[in-house]
Amino acid sequence: MGRYVIRRLLQAIPVLLGATILIYCLVFLLPGDPIQALAGEKKADPNITAILREQYHLNDPLYQRYWYYISGVLTGDFGTDFTGRPVAEIMSETFPVTLNLATIAFAVEAVIGIIAGVFSALGRGKFLDNVVLLSTLLLVSVPVFVLGNVLQLVLGVKWAIAPISYDSEDMTTLILPAVVLASASLAYITRLTRTSMMETMRADYVRTATAKGLSRSRVIVRHALRNAMIPIVTFLGVDLGALMGGAIITERIFNIPGIGGTLYQAVYLRQGTTVVSIVTVLVLVYIAANLIVDLLYAVLDPRIRYA
Amino acid sequence: MTTIDKKTSASGATSATGAPLLEVRDLHVEFHTRDGVAKAINGVSYSVEAGETLAVLGESGSGKSVTAQAIMGILDMPPGRIPKGEILFHGEDMLTMSAEERRKIRGRRIAMIFQDALSALNPVLSVGYQLGEMYRVHLGLSRKEAKARAIELMDRVKIPAAAARVNDYPHQFSGGMRQRIMIAMAMALEPDLIIADEPTTALDVTVQAQVMDLLAELQREENMGLILITHDLGVVADVADKIAVMYAGRIVEQSPIHELYKRPAHPYTRGLLDSIPRLDQKGQELYAIKGLPPNLMKIPPGCAFNPRCPKARDICRTEVPALVPVTEQDGGELPGRGSACHFWKETIHG
Repeated sequence: MGRYVIRRLLQAIPVLLGATILIYCLVFLLPGDPIQALAGEKKADPNITAILREQYHLNDPLYQRYWYYISGVLTGDFGTDFTGRPVAEIMSETFPVTLNLATIAFAVEAVIGIIAGVFSALGRGKFLDNVVLLSTLLLVSVPVFVLGNVLQLVLGVKWAIAPISYDSEDMTTLILPAVVLASASLAYITRLTRTSMMETMRADYVRTATAKGLSRSRVIVRHALRNAMIPIVTFLGVDLGALMGGAIITERIFNIPGIGGTLYQAVYLRQGTTVVSIVTVLVLVYIAANLIVDLLYAVLDPRIRYA
Repeated sequence: MTTIDKKTSASGATSATGAPLLEVRDLHVEFHTRDGVAKAINGVSYSVEAGETLAVLGESGSGKSVTAQAIMGILDMPPGRIPKGEILFHGEDMLTMSAEERRKIRGRRIAMIFQDALSALNPVLSVGYQLGEMYRVHLGLSRKEAKARAIELMDRVKIPAAAARVNDYPHQFSGGMRQRIMIAMAMALEPDLIIADEPTTALDVTVQAQVMDLLAELQREENMGLILITHDLGVVADVADKIAVMYAGRIVEQSPIHELYKRPAHPYTRGLLDSIPRLDQKGQELYAIKGLPPNLMKIPPGCAFNPRCPKARDICRTEVPALVPVTEQDGGELPGRGSACHFWKETIHG
């Protein structure tokens, strides 16, 4: 088990290197000049431009600049963006916000999704099942920017029962954005749970559990749900990474200063170091989430053992 | 050995009414599917006494397992439906009981052993947990007490090093050991009746004998009724007291076990006996009953076996034969024997 974790962590090294090289090259291969972008519409002063270009090594070849960057990262220095602001500072301001948002969204989709899926599966073909099927179909079909804006308008403006934008003092202002962010995955998890649960309820060991004279709730929770959870955990793990990186639209709608908006700005202004640093951390989150999922498999299913 | 609180079973009306331990009367089961109604059971009656072993023999789809599931109350309803019949346990009709009353009988007073222990045991729970669950749910024991009981049970079904293996998972046991765990689970609360649905089909021949012996031994010790469902005539010969042969959801022949082998009274039973490979027929082609079992949505009119029967005549294609008592040629009684063939006389005596 310990060796397995170490091997998986070692495997993460080439993945991280590859990801940083790829993103670094892509950002700097984008057309447009990052220094000119700083000046906006105005023509930048050629003298200042020259100094800045020298200062940020923009005249050096790409591989050399990547080396400067990555050797800095390895010593814990993420560098600065082209305004001189440390990237580490940008990330420490924005990541916690997104992490909070993603955590609430994750809780929403896991709890509501699994509960709705189980009840839908148990009452297959009945009224509740049809309600669940229809509403999940609706959730999957409506794009996030539509849902976000509509909920903001209806709940926030018309009925005034939910905040229309983020307030850093008040965490409850993240609930509505989190629901919007979770909507598509919520629908997916509900349907996944429903299918998985219906399959497990037909298994022989569930029939055995019934034949043992156990109560229906015990049969469902202890014997069926535990087995049905395996595919659901897989999706939840992968989705945790997606929630972190995929909040760009939601963050814009509700004016949340998270990494989504920052990343968008950074790409727009060719802030290479910021983009690569944020993406690297996101890759780390993905790798960690996948590792946790694989370890959870062994907990959920004793037939899986890692050596 | 453990002594188990048998308050519930002691209060049962076993001897007071003189009713058999279990009696199935004219049971009908049908399944409503998209393609139509499959009539899985069409009037089955049998009974089992305490300490008695009834073997129920039949091909796949003959309704032997469905009958067992109806007795256990684990039929999927819908699509299953029981339009007619009674299942009397100690004289009380279980089909009219509430779901909660039936749940209390399941596992505690009637237990079931399933065919494939690997899929019938929960793969993600330890065997100790699954065995102990019987005590925790039915007797309200603590986790720790239940585990101690589980170890005793595993000892009782002769699983080596029970205390060391109680936390192992089903996949870590061999097929024979897994089936012993299934048996232990059924035995846990010393039920009055055990239904074993092809308990040895998934096992090697040598292990089959060991498991059957164990089951027979435990049954003797506890004086339980046993319904042994099988498609293998060889398995039942040594352990069963009486046998019921099923075909297309009906009992076509019933008999004390040894008489059936000597003198079958139904062409289907004769066909089954003739298709057992024998050493003295080495080199000859093995006999097989022609044709296939009927589609349960379109059971042929008359005797369901008539399309495959070598002796079928006109009456067989129009009239359903009733299960009638079989007698000696001179009219002498043959207790416990019955045949559902219009021509049972020539089958048994001719």
